[in-house]
Amino acid sequence: MLTRVFAILSAAALAVPMALAPAAPALAQDGGPLRITITDGVIEPLPFALPSFFDGGGAGQYASDITQVVAEDLTGTGLFRRIGSESFISTPSGFGGQVSYADWRAINAQALITGSVAVNGNQLTVSFRLYDVFAGGELGEGLQFSGTTDGWRRMGHKVADAVYSRITGEGGYFDSRVVFVAESGPKDDRARRIGIMDYDGANVQYLTDSSSLVLAPRFSPTGDRVLYTSYAGGTAGVRMLNVAAPAGQAVPTAPGEMAFTPRFSQNGSQVIYSVASGGNTDLYRTDLATGSHSQLTNAPSIETSPSFSPDGSQIVFESDRSGQQQLYIMSASGGEARRISFGDGRYGSPVWSPRGDLIAFTKQNAGRFHIGVMRTDGSEERLLTSSFLDESPTWAPNGRVLMFTRETQGAQGGPSLYSVDVSGRNLQRVPTDGFASDASWGPLQQ
Amino acid sequence: MNKFTLALLLTAALATSACTRPDRFGAGAGGAGMDPNGGPLTAGAGVGQAGLGGANDPSSPAYFNQAIGDRVLFSVDQSTISPEAQTVLDGQAQWLLTNADYQAVIEGHADEQGTREYNLALGERRANAVREYLVSRGVPSARLRTVSYGKERPIAVCSDASCYTQNRRAVTVIAAGSLS
Repeated sequence: MLTRVFAILSAAALAVPMALAPAAPALAQDGGPLRITITDGVIEPLPFALPSFFDGGGAGQYASDITQVVAEDLTGTGLFRRIGSESFISTPSGFGGQVSYADWRAINAQALITGSVAVNGNQLTVSFRLYDVFAGGELGEGLQFSGTTDGWRRMGHKVADAVYSRITGEGGYFDSRVVFVAESGPKDDRARRIGIMDYDGANVQYLTDSSSLVLAPRFSPTGDRVLYTSYAGGTAGVRMLNVAAPAGQAVPTAPGEMAFTPRFSQNGSQVIYSVASGGNTDLYRTDLATGSHSQLTNAPSIETSPSFSPDGSQIVFESDRSGQQQLYIMSASGGEARRISFGDGRYGSPVWSPRGDLIAFTKQNAGRFHIGVMRTDGSEERLLTSSFLDESPTWAPNGRVLMFTRETQGAQGGPSLYSVDVSGRNLQRVPTDGFASDASWGPLQQ
Repeated sequence: MNKFTLALLLTAALATSACTRPDRFGAGAGGAGMDPNGGPLTAGAGVGQAGLGGANDPSSPAYFNQAIGDRVLFSVDQSTISPEAQTVLDGQAQWLLTNADYQAVIEGHADEQGTREYNLALGERRANAVREYLVSRGVPSARLRTVSYGKERPIAVCSDASCYTQNRRAVTVIAAGSLS
């Protein structure tokens, strides 16, 4: 099987040199006993064994480095626990060889992941197999990914995504990137530039310099473009850049004193944003192909922070038309809006889950800030975090994890990015070199 | 520390920051500061600039900043002009009517206790409230422009009410020449 797969893969890799091509479809067979249902109250992480991947030829350091990425991805979810190799009774003799299930059962490894890494020139090939130890068989077929050596971390993320996906039944999110605002300097003179990094903080690059104030970047649905608010024109305006060639250009917006909070529509062809004029902020939409714009709200209050539903038919946004910030949903073409937030305090920066089921938001109440989620009808509100200042949630591509900005207080205070899962567990700081804010989590990479 | 000293310190802080990064106050940067070498700031595209002059000269921007007061403060999540702010703005309007060669950029700001995007809109609402008040006192609207920095440009950096009070502000920045 693997041999045949190899042939198919090589062709794919040649045709698209930068692409990571899966060798075989991820056929998730019957999960059997090896299954984590994320909505359940998972308390005990699932123990798994992950011996360092074999060197399938010329792999050198890549084999152990990629193994490490797989391990960090899985354990970083809080759903899995890696069993130390010192506990192993036996180790596989080679990739794809006989598995001594009894030896893995004895140390209570629920899952076993084996892999092999080969390097030929700048071409890297990673193969892996996932075993359900207690069922005594493979969970899904062996898979192989190939690409270039500079994308080696992505190979690890791809393996981890496949393992995560097979065991949880959810889409993965490890092979994804985040755009954010990198901040430096003192609180009253902070320099900001837009950065892009892997979801785990690796491979940081900067897409703008800090010559102009930049805020709140947002990925396009395919992750190739970024919208952001920039003061390059002397006041807030909407700009767009291509990740591959990041020279920002102004996006035409409706007339007003400033335009801000831009977001892409689901097909990437339109932008919704706010325009402030004469003390009033409303929502507008611009068609990127024609540059024409239309007004979506018309109220004497602040309407801002819009977010499309995944099917593109509706927009959730915040408005203070009731006297303070609350969340509303309206048709994507504008018109009547219905209020969905009714709890104590103020609700802002709503973001629609990519699964469509939940809306994440920032809540201010009694001097504290929270990241929370609610159903799209406003029911089942759940606060996931609490601190001096939490804001600006963004969803992982599978809708199971949120990243957000947490700011510490005082003169030396500053923002960092954190992630938390949708149940409120597994709060973690995302490693960045300096202050970081306003993350936008991009799609799973192809 | 009296008001006068505070205003001087603030002006110095503004000038230093503006030199660190020329965009710091957007198109309004030229009006308020001098660089550390004493020369006027370089004007960027569309930037008005004005020599500060001496604070004893009633027609100088320095007099405007220090004797009249270049800023007014707001309550939490409000853009209402308080009676105290009205007094300051009456003085600003009088000065702008007397010194008709000058333009002004009104910067609206918010404290850190709010979400970023909402605070941008709130800052614009505050700047606009000041503009409308000045226009109601006879200042031609063509001489006034607004810009909001939301909570991104705090002047006081602590995280308690004493700093939040100072940061919920609208600052009238004097510039010579036409506004872009």
